[in-house]
Amino acid sequence: MNYFELFNFSPAFQIDLTVLAERYRELQRTVHPDNFANASEQQKLLAVQRTAQVNDGYQALKNPVRRAEHILFLRGIDISHETTTVKDTAFLMQQMEWREALEEITSVDDVASLYDEFSDYQKLLTAHLSLMLASDNVNDWSMAADDIRKLKFMIKLHDELVRIEDALYD
Amino acid sequence: MALLQIAEPGQSAAPHQHRLAVGIDLGTTNSLVAAVRSGEAITLTDVEQRHAIPSIVHYTEAGIEAGYLAEQASAKDPQNTIVSVKRFMGRSLADIQAHYSNLPYLLSESENGLPIFATPQGQVNPVQVSAEILRPLVERAEAVLGGQLEGVVITVPAYFDDAQRQGTKDAAALLGVKVLRLLNEPTAAAIAYGLDSAQEGVIAVYDLGGGTFDISILRLNRGVFEVLATGGDSALGGDDFDHMLVDYLIEQWQVTELNSQERRQILIEARRVKEALTAVDTVEAVLTRADNSVCQHTVTKALFEQLIQPLVKKTIASCRRSLRDAGVTTDEVLETVMVGGSTRVPLVRELVAEFFGKPALTSIDPDRVVALGAAIQADILVGNKPDSDLLLLDVIPLSLGIETMGGLVEKVVSRNTTIPVARAQEFTTFKDGQTAMAFHVVQGERELVDDCRSLARFTLKGIPPLAAGAAHIRVTFQVDADGLLSVTAMEKSTGVQSSIQVKPSFGLSDTEITTMLKDSMHNAKDDISRRMLAEQKVEAARVLESLNSALLKDGELLSSDERLAIDNAMASLAQTAAEDDADAITKAIEAVDKQTQDFAARRMDNSIRAALKGQSVDNI
Repeated sequence: MNYFELFNFSPAFQIDLTVLAERYRELQRTVHPDNFANASEQQKLLAVQRTAQVNDGYQALKNPVRRAEHILFLRGIDISHETTTVKDTAFLMQQMEWREALEEITSVDDVASLYDEFSDYQKLLTAHLSLMLASDNVNDWSMAADDIRKLKFMIKLHDELVRIEDALYD
Repeated sequence: MALLQIAEPGQSAAPHQHRLAVGIDLGTTNSLVAAVRSGEAITLTDVEQRHAIPSIVHYTEAGIEAGYLAEQASAKDPQNTIVSVKRFMGRSLADIQAHYSNLPYLLSESENGLPIFATPQGQVNPVQVSAEILRPLVERAEAVLGGQLEGVVITVPAYFDDAQRQGTKDAAALLGVKVLRLLNEPTAAAIAYGLDSAQEGVIAVYDLGGGTFDISILRLNRGVFEVLATGGDSALGGDDFDHMLVDYLIEQWQVTELNSQERRQILIEARRVKEALTAVDTVEAVLTRADNSVCQHTVTKALFEQLIQPLVKKTIASCRRSLRDAGVTTDEVLETVMVGGSTRVPLVRELVAEFFGKPALTSIDPDRVVALGAAIQADILVGNKPDSDLLLLDVIPLSLGIETMGGLVEKVVSRNTTIPVARAQEFTTFKDGQTAMAFHVVQGERELVDDCRSLARFTLKGIPPLAAGAAHIRVTFQVDADGLLSVTAMEKSTGVQSSIQVKPSFGLSDTEITTMLKDSMHNAKDDISRRMLAEQKVEAARVLESLNSALLKDGELLSSDERLAIDNAMASLAQTAAEDDADAITKAIEAVDKQTQDFAARRMDNSIRAALKGQSVDNI
C-alpha cells in the first residue's frame, strides 16, 4: 500500500502536516463506518477495513520516522521487521551514557534537561535523514536506514524517560 | 387539491420520514435515555417527570423489577437486589471478590469463571441484569416516541476493555435492540457541549461516575471530534467515596457484627452524607440497628475531603498522563468538561480547576450530558441528519497484545491508536508438520501476561503440514469503531484460510448466549426463530435497498455480465425474503454479497478518490 498515493501526496520526506490532517478528515468523512450504520454487513466490513487503512496511513505519514520508513519501503528497502543493529560505536557509547543518566534521575529538573538533550540530538538525526532521503544515491538510502534505526533508539530512550517522569509524579 | 408527491426514481416518496433512535447512558448508579425531538436533544422522563432510573434490579418470586421499585427493596432484600452491576461486566468472579468484600449476593462461577447471581428467578449473569436495566428505558422511549426504535447508541466508559464492551452490546442484543454504536461517555459529553458552542481546539473531558473514571483529550475541528488520548481507571468512582465513608463510620461506631441489611443501610447513609456535604459543611450520619440501638456521628466536609483526597489525586495523575499522551499542555486546553454525578463533589471541581488552570464547564447537567450526546449521535447514525458533518474518531484505550514465550506480551496495537484499526502479525511453526497454533490475546500496558487482562484464547487449525518454520501465518487483528476485536488468519504460502475459534476469556460462550436469548424470550410474545427470521428479513431489505441506490449511482462501473449476475442474485434474494425460511435468506444474502464484493470495493475506492479530487498532489 502506498500511503502517499492514498493521501494524494507525492512521496517526499517533507510534507505539509496541516494539509495531511485536512485530507485525513476528508477521507474519514468518506469511509468511516458511522456513515454506513444502516448499510449492509458487507459494506460495514468494507468501511471498517478502509478506515483502518486510512488510519494507518495517517499515522505512517504523520510520524517522521514512520514516514521515512515508508519512503524506503516504497524504494524496496524494508526495515520494519529487521534485526540489523546499529554499528556506530560512538552512537552506542552515547546511548549507554544516556541509559546511565536515566538511572540517576532524582528530580523533575533532571527529566527536563534530558528531554532537551534527546530532542536536540533527534533534530540533528532528522535533518541528516531528510538530506539522505532526498538523494538519488542508493548508498545514501542505506545511510537513511541507519538514521531511522538510531531514531528508533531515541524513541525508546524517550519512552523510558516518560515512564520515569510518571513514576516521579505518582 | 392534494399536493402531488414528487420523488426521484428509486427514491422513496417520503425521504424525510423521521426514524426513531435514542441514546442510552447505561450508568453504574443511574441510567437515562434521551432522544432528539424537534431538533433538540432531551432526556425522556417517566410519568413522574423523573429523568434517570437507578441502575438497580430486584429479583423476586413474583418477577423482576428495575429502577425505583428495585431501589426501595435494596435495604430490605440486598441479597436479591443487584446494584452497580456495571462493575461486574466482563469481569471474573475472582476479580470481583478481590476488589469488593462483603457482597450480599449468592454468587457462583460460570464455566468461564464469570459471576452468576442466584435469584428467585433463577441464575442470572451481569449481561442479563444489565438487560433488565435497559428494558424499562427502551419501553419508555417507545412509549414517549410512539413507535419501535430502529436503533440505539449506548455509552460506555472510554476505559472499558473488549470484554466489558462486548457484554454491554450483548445486553442490548438480549432485548432485540439494534446497537448503532457503542459510544465512549466522554466523547458523548463533548458532542453535547460541542455542537452548541461550535468550538475549535483541544478540550478535556473529566468524567467521574459512580464506578468509573475517564479522562479524554479531544481535538475539535469542523465537526470532527478526534480523540487524541484517553485514560482513567475502570474501578474508581463516586462509589469509592461512599465506601471510604462507610469504613470510616464503621470504625467510629465500633460496630462489628453487621448483617447485610445494616451494611446496605450504612452504604445508603454514606451516600446521603456525601451528597449533603456538597451544600453544607457538617452532616449527621445516623444508623438504626436491628436491635433498635442508634449510632450517630457528625461528619465534616473537611474530614470527608481528607478521606477522598488520595482518590481524587489519582484522577489528576491520570489527567497529566493523558495530556502527555495527547502531546498537549494544560495551556492548550480550551475547555474542561465535567461529566458524572461525582463531579458535584466540591473537592473534585477544585482540584480539576487547579490542574487545568481554569474553571470547568458545568452548564449541562453532568448526570444528563452523556445521554444527550448519545441521542445526538443516534439521530445522525440512524439517518435523520444526512447533512450533518459530525464525525467521531475514537481511540483504543488499552494496548492489545499477544502472549509470547516466557509469559511476555508482544504489543500488536498500542493504546490511543485511532479505531478502526487492523494490524497483521506473522508467525511461523516451530515443529515439522505442525497443523495448529494456540494464541492468547491480552489487553493492558504491562510487559507480563499475568499483569494484563486476558481477552481471548484461540487456536489456529488447518495449517498445511510443512517443515518447521516453512509455514508463514499472517494473523490480522481488527478493532472496529465500537472498540471490539476480531481475528482472522491466513497461511501465506498456500493461501489457506485458517479457522479461528476465539474464546473470550471473560465473555459469554455461544451456548450461553443462545440459552440467554431463549430465556429472554420465555415470557415474550415472539420466539427465537421468529426473531431470527425478522432480523434476516430486515437485513435482506437493507441489502437490497442499499444496492439499488448504489446501482443507480454507480451502475456504470459494472460490465453487462457483472450487472446481470448481480441482478439475478438480487432477484433471488427478493423472492427468498418474501418467504419464511431464515436460513435460505441468509444464504441468499451471502450469494448477493459474493456477487457485489468487487463492486462495493470499486465504489469505495472511487469515493476515496473523489474526496480528494481537486486537492493538488504537490506537497509544499
